[in-house]
Amino acid sequence: MIEFRSVSKQFPDGTLAVDDFSLTLPSHRTTVLVGSSGSGKTTLLRMINRMVDPTAGSIEIDGVDIASLEPVKLRRSIGYVMQNSGLLPHRKVVDNVATVPLLRGVPRKKARADALAMLDTVGLDRGLADRYPSQLSGGQQQRVGVARGLAVNPNILLMDEPFGAVDPIVRAELQQELIRLQTELGKTVVFVTHDVDEAFLLGDQVVILQEGGRIAQIGSPADILAHPANDFVASFIGADRGKRALHVERHDGRDVLVDSDGRLAGVLVGDSAPGQVGFSR
Amino acid sequence: MTWVWENLDLIWDRTLDHLILSVPPIILSFVIALPLGWLANRYRLSRGVILTASGLLYAIPSFPMFIVLPALVGTTLRSPLNLVIALTIYGVALMVRVVADGLASVDADVQRSAVAVGFSAWTNFWQVELPLSGPVLLAGLRVVAVSTVSLATVGAVIGAQSLGSLFTDGFQRGIQAEIITGIVATVLLALLLDAALVAAGRLALPWTRARKAVKADARLRPPVEVTP
Ligand SMILES: Nc1ncnc2c1ncn2[C@@H]1O[C@H](COP(=O)(O)OP(=O)(O)O)[C@@H](O)[C@H]1O
Ligand SMILES: [Mg+2]
Repeated sequence: MIEFRSVSKQFPDGTLAVDDFSLTLPSHRTTVLVGSSGSGKTTLLRMINRMVDPTAGSIEIDGVDIASLEPVKLRRSIGYVMQNSGLLPHRKVVDNVATVPLLRGVPRKKARADALAMLDTVGLDRGLADRYPSQLSGGQQQRVGVARGLAVNPNILLMDEPFGAVDPIVRAELQQELIRLQTELGKTVVFVTHDVDEAFLLGDQVVILQEGGRIAQIGSPADILAHPANDFVASFIGADRGKRALHVERHDGRDVLVDSDGRLAGVLVGDSAPGQVGFSR
Repeated sequence: MTWVWENLDLIWDRTLDHLILSVPPIILSFVIALPLGWLANRYRLSRGVILTASGLLYAIPSFPMFIVLPALVGTTLRSPLNLVIALTIYGVALMVRVVADGLASVDADVQRSAVAVGFSAWTNFWQVELPLSGPVLLAGLRVVAVSTVSLATVGAVIGAQSLGSLFTDGFQRGIQAEIITGIVATVLLALLLDAALVAAGRLALPWTRARKAVKADARLRPPVEVTP
């Protein structure tokens, strides 16, 4: 469990990136921080592995205040995946994946063998092991990034817009892969994105952020869709338009769902049970 | 040409002298410039001070340097050590900026992610920043190598034996072949050291070629239509 307690971050230049932020992130679940650019998502994420230290408040991991932990050691115990993979361009794929185990003192041979196995886990061909990152496609690089993040089998995986720079088809693939991995591994994932669809797809808990890391709403995707807390949330998630604003039309004795642009979204089958995703309007 | 054949031993000896005078300054200037360049890249204030100071060092004319150095470091006027020190100073002056620029050239995202996964400042320098500045460092080192080999000839004037001695001696005794041999051998030696550095770079920086290989590969293949 990760707990933010009244955390603020003011950068030396005066920017108040995060203002009195409190949140509990349950273990073995995916929490998605979603908000537009500049809302403080990256700052929040980086505070979890002490890349950034808060100027006020505290953060606890499983009851331990991380301010009391040594930053380098803490980082080696937390997986981190970022946009543009952040792989080391001068190391082969297998060595990139083995990076953190090597830093932690795992013998070279074992680290490499484990890294090869990790390539299987993230769905990469072992034949790519001896390539350099520049010799991979964007999607492959992101997979290597995920493999590197998972290499020390961390409890926590931080992901900062990891699929933001790949094309939509590959992104959808990577998202499904992450869902599969998460079902198998059950990490405490903190995922940052500006894409609402991605947030609703991946998040068990979704946190919608406004400027300064102010929380507009917290909830499951269904909660948020069914009951947007305010106009900001409704407009941010697009509850009032496009493919999320569906209404029922009667057509030849059956109910069909039509979106606000008049496009057919599907048919209504069976009864909706409590807990299922509801549609606005 | 007959002069060359009759004096092969002499040429070989002067070549070795020249190597002994120029290789240590090349290595030393790299080693000394590393921490200075790191410091220059690390803080804005130190950057200004260090880069200006090293720029000024390079502006010292070589002849006065050779005269003043012995008094400063306590060597005798004709010691070859004076030349080694002077060449090292010029090398450092060039290399400090190269190291600072090289470290600055490392992609910020890569550095940030190295910190994020748990590199300490020390391991980050040796395992990430230094190797990734490799191409820039190599380019700078090649300039230093060639300029050091060429500057080392000046040693002849202050009594340090080198290939330069061939042309001072040639001038004094009016042997044109000796003068030309001195010049040609100096150029060849510079080229040789340069080639050695390039070869070392190929071994030490294999990923820089990997990227080129991919591009070449892509050029060979006919373009494939990609429809999303
Ligand atoms: N190192 C920094 N120094 C000063 N301001 C910063 C720094 N990092 C981020 N900021 C500012 O803090 C705010 C939040 O940034 P960030 O956390 O990167 O947002 P997001 O990831 O949601 O786009 C922005 O206004 C940004 O300009
Ligand atoms: Mg960000």
